[in-house]
Amino acid sequence: MANIISDETIEYVGILAKLELSEEEKENAKKDMGEMLDYIDKLNELDTTGIEPMSHVFPVHNVFREDVVKNGDGREETLANAPERKDDCFVVPKTI
Amino acid sequence: MSLMSLTAVELGKKIKAKEVTVVEAVQEALDAVEKKEKDVNSFVTVMRKEALERAKEVQEKIDNGELTGPLAGVPVAIKDNMCTKGTLTTCSSKILRNFVPTYTAQAVANLEEAGAVIIGKTNMDEFAMGSTTETSAFGPTKNPWNTEHVPGGSSGGSCAAVAAEECSYALGSDTGGSIRQPSSFCGVTGIKPTYGTVSRYGLIAYGSSLDQIGPVAKDVTDCATILEVIASHDTKDSTSVEREDYDFTSALVDDVKGIKIGIPKDYFGEGLDPEVKEAVLAAAKVLEQKGAIVEEFDLSLVEYAIPAYYTIACAEASSNLERFDGVKYGYRAKEYQGLHNMYKKSRSEGFGAEVKRRIMLGSFVLSSGYFDAYYLKALRTKALIKKAFDKAFEKYDIILGPAAPTTAPKLGESLSDPLKMYLGDIYTISVNLAGLPGISLPCGTDSKGLPIGLQLIGDCFAEKKLIRTAYAYEQTREYAHSPLA
Repeated sequence: MANIISDETIEYVGILAKLELSEEEKENAKKDMGEMLDYIDKLNELDTTGIEPMSHVFPVHNVFREDVVKNGDGREETLANAPERKDDCFVVPKTI
Repeated sequence: MSLMSLTAVELGKKIKAKEVTVVEAVQEALDAVEKKEKDVNSFVTVMRKEALERAKEVQEKIDNGELTGPLAGVPVAIKDNMCTKGTLTTCSSKILRNFVPTYTAQAVANLEEAGAVIIGKTNMDEFAMGSTTETSAFGPTKNPWNTEHVPGGSSGGSCAAVAAEECSYALGSDTGGSIRQPSSFCGVTGIKPTYGTVSRYGLIAYGSSLDQIGPVAKDVTDCATILEVIASHDTKDSTSVEREDYDFTSALVDDVKGIKIGIPKDYFGEGLDPEVKEAVLAAAKVLEQKGAIVEEFDLSLVEYAIPAYYTIACAEASSNLERFDGVKYGYRAKEYQGLHNMYKKSRSEGFGAEVKRRIMLGSFVLSSGYFDAYYLKALRTKALIKKAFDKAFEKYDIILGPAAPTTAPKLGESLSDPLKMYLGDIYTISVNLAGLPGISLPCGTDSKGLPIGLQLIGDCFAEKKLIRTAYAYEQTREYAHSPLA
């Protein structure tokens, strides 16, 4: 395997991805990610000098429209999905 | 004979002619679901009560002349990544297992406006990440042709439900082949439209620049009819395209004289099952005999599509799936210390292994220091792949090949080696990268009796040529009903 994923890298990616992996998951992730990156490295065979990165196949433009409210009051339905609510608020752990 | 053995358009005609009522049709679908789910597990949610109520409502609207379209009253199943107001929408994930959307996806709303009756939400690979429907948090769906085999994925539930005749047709979504590959494995027909043709509003995003909703049905006529209904220019989706043509059923013409078909030599190399190869080339011969001009050519870059795709799709997924944090909806971990730990624990407990694998890879390729080398490199490769297709479509109207290198593998064989599973997407993935329309339709069975799919690819916005070619081929065959039908 050309790409060796270190413990530090997995920790760092875990922070970016907001995932807490078990020791076993970490070992698997190191192996899987290394193998995938080896495979993705195949792209280096291609000369892409001067090629613009293409994020969309068609030219995309900003789409503007008037800011008019079309939907009704969905407060109850929205809050019904809350894992925890109090009155009309979502409850989250104390942040400060 | 069950009403579910009819095509959607045939059933729609019977309803219109008052030979059957909408309630009768919907009841037959629900009875089929009741009878077959233990074997096939196509559904996450069955909407028994809602469907029967809705059936009465639709019947009234047909009777008073409000609904006159070809799909009015016909029962449909919707992949569980499309939001349905008031009905559970899970993406087959533990993290969304109790999520009830407050609005309906535009494509589904378009169907409802045409009088469709939704009977349930279909199983899928978790967040559409997978090729077998085995990554679902609600257990795998089985292939109606042989329940020891997978139905393909990620729209495996939708394709299996159509093949098992639990509904008349279904909607799926296709990010890297997720409509075409399971259609191929289940012996049904599915279209992935040109990017931007069907609104993504209310489709829970996986890889936003690649995702498209499309129809799954028994034949090309149904698919064209459904596509005509679901396609729309939607200002709620900033990538929605205003097309010049939406009259896809006008292309249901049995004539391919002069249509130029290119067969990429690079699609017939190593890894392709000989029985699949034979069936697909035989289909090309049939089209040639009907007057199409068939030639082989070098498409090039085929082996770079998968690494480019997984880089781009995982990058987009890592960003799109950040919203699942246990705050406003979905699963929240029971024990945690503080806000960030709650995010982490909720996500780690709520997502399955394949989703985590892709989020990790995506986060890595987007991280500083690797962004250029991986993410931008993949986007540059995408530009080259698009160019290769542009060049091909200067010469050909249609590109013909297999939908998948093999027929459906056995359950449990794929997930142990993710890279090997990803290689199965080789013929479908580049179509998404280039934004092209593609169709998979049955063209035979292998010696195990499993269906083989033919894939036709068109240039952007050339759905009509695609539909016409597929329709002409289909006229030479009978639809084969699965043993579970």
